[in-house]
Amino acid sequence: MSLQHPVEKIVTRYWPHKDQNTLKGYKSRGGYQQLAKALGQEPAAIIDAVKKSNLRGRGGAGFPTGLKWSFLPKDNPKPKYLCINADESEPGTAKDRFILENDPHSLLEGIGIACWALGAHTCYIYARGEFKHPSAVLDKAIAEAYADGIFGKKLLGKDFELNVYQVRGAGAYICGEETALLESLEGKKGWPRLKPPFPAVVGLFGCPTIVNNVETISTLPALFEKGPEWFANLGSGKSGGNRLVTLSGAVNRPGTFEVGMKTTLKELIYAEEYGQGLPPGRAVKGVIPGGSSAPVLTADELGVAMEFDAFKPLNSMAGSGGVIVMDDMCCMVRSLWRVVRFYAEESCGQCTPCRDGQPWMTRILRKIEEGRGTREDLETLQHVATSMAPYPPIGLGNTICALGDSGALAVHGFMKFKREFEQHIEEKRCPFGERPWGAFGDFQ
Amino acid sequence: MEMHHAAMTADDTARLEQGIAKLLERYPKDRKSAAMLPALRLLQEIKGWLVPDGVKRVATLLETTPERAHEVATFYIMYFTEKPGRYVIDVCTNLPCALRGAEGMLKYMEAKLGTVAGTNGDKFYLRETECLASCGTAPCMQVNEDHHENLTKAKVDAILEKLS
Ligand SMILES: Cc1cc2nc3c(=O)[nH]c(=O)nc-3n(C[C@H](O)[C@H](O)[C@H](O)COP(=O)(O)O)c2cc1C
Ligand code: SF4
Ligand code: FES
Repeated sequence: MSLQHPVEKIVTRYWPHKDQNTLKGYKSRGGYQQLAKALGQEPAAIIDAVKKSNLRGRGGAGFPTGLKWSFLPKDNPKPKYLCINADESEPGTAKDRFILENDPHSLLEGIGIACWALGAHTCYIYARGEFKHPSAVLDKAIAEAYADGIFGKKLLGKDFELNVYQVRGAGAYICGEETALLESLEGKKGWPRLKPPFPAVVGLFGCPTIVNNVETISTLPALFEKGPEWFANLGSGKSGGNRLVTLSGAVNRPGTFEVGMKTTLKELIYAEEYGQGLPPGRAVKGVIPGGSSAPVLTADELGVAMEFDAFKPLNSMAGSGGVIVMDDMCCMVRSLWRVVRFYAEESCGQCTPCRDGQPWMTRILRKIEEGRGTREDLETLQHVATSMAPYPPIGLGNTICALGDSGALAVHGFMKFKREFEQHIEEKRCPFGERPWGAFGDFQ
Repeated sequence: MEMHHAAMTADDTARLEQGIAKLLERYPKDRKSAAMLPALRLLQEIKGWLVPDGVKRVATLLETTPERAHEVATFYIMYFTEKPGRYVIDVCTNLPCALRGAEGMLKYMEAKLGTVAGTNGDKFYLRETECLASCGTAPCMQVNEDHHENLTKAKVDAILEKLS
């Protein structure tokens, strides 16, 4: 299958160069020129350009970046902070780590541009604790940038102090949620905060704070090199640029790829330059399009483009770009159990529906998978999910943060395959027996 | 790292104090306790786990209470409030990895190491863990935080062989 809209790479364009993760290599390909240019412009002009570019957050919510930046209060005398979310832990998602490993200076240059635009003199990069190697590469890049006079008392020679620090987490998915991330940065356990107030108004240390994903900020140098109009046109609808997606599961060629906003899920799965399809004789059963909390799609829904708004009519979401493919030999009950167990494990325990609901749903799913389930169990499952977060549409959750919604949304989505759940109940066993994981499920 | 003794030596304390002084440069002066996560990581690097005396010391240095330090130490799974086996092996069994054989891999390792996931032993502490951002390069695991991906039986054998 060939692509209907060829993709001009931007985020990954220099990854094949092994020295792109050094300052020398980065600069040899035009690195830090966009920061220099930005420092000659008014901050307001930069925020306007980001708005015009239709850049949207790549962390999960797809929130327009320029709009978020404009929420920072202008008359607040407190210091302002930029926090970079490098917690990357939504199941299915593996993209930010490759930016850190292959092109960390694109993030650092983006940070320079963003901090100048926002008037922030301190940036914390919060990386998940398991990122030993990516964090080491990033630390080295930060040290290079300081040594070269890019960061510090002056930002690339301009009278604007900027300090950039990496802080490593210690293993907690919830710290990817932006207010839990702020709590963790403040040295506490990662308990999400009630919103409002939003971080832009009351964020880190009680000060105005912008939280952005690694990919969002790493995109800025290319965005300014090519121009905001070009970037908007490259995308589709209200989603500018390209995006990184991680393709996992039952495809011949899993991996992390840069796709266009017009690239369809079908192209991602089957195209030569991407997933190269499934093994002979296998067909797609379901695809989770945006990290494990995004409601699953059926094989009939794969014509959808990767653009952020395109998933709304399907009551799913583009999320964090984690595309998980399940083939026709894969057990949907077992798959859902695995997803919901994750949210049960990672619930921070603050809200009752999430703390009790996720483990409850996990237990029911295990029971059905093992052939001990009843029709009442299946009803209870849906009832619990609905009491946590009614559906459709997405976004009706009753909890402090969206982790509560996540497990519930996964359950709602998998009800597209309700027949398979009923089959488990009727046959009192898993129809897939000892091999529930499909085409590539055996360890070899 | 054979520093698994529970007591803080004078040398341990000096290293901790020096390290924390450096960490504090990154935070506002009135926000010392913000350094809690990196400070606990440092303690764990020095002692191999979060020895109670060390956690108290961290709390004092960050001008907060031992309870606060303990609360953080127990919230995050990468901190060990009890001495772990010499090799902590975290195997991801989340959905994308499971679709590439992770459940079989975990069973294979349990048999090979003669342990059951979740049991802390002297030599091995094998654990099931959640997504490690290797979904497109699955299955994967971490051995004492070193990341291994695209795993096969042959690769797992080679990795385990090196753990003496
Ligand atoms: C439970 C939960 C986990 C999240 N994990 C991440 C994460 O690992 N990385 C990330 O960038 N955003 C994550 N987010 C989204 C953040 O809250 C936030 O929206 C994002 O970092 C904003 O950056 P962006 O606008 O550039 O996307 C998570 C949200 C929730 C509710
Ligand atoms: S929804 Fe769950 S994870 Fe989020 S704050 Fe409530 S209990 Fe914690
Ligand atoms: S599911 Fe195992 S690394 Fe993502």
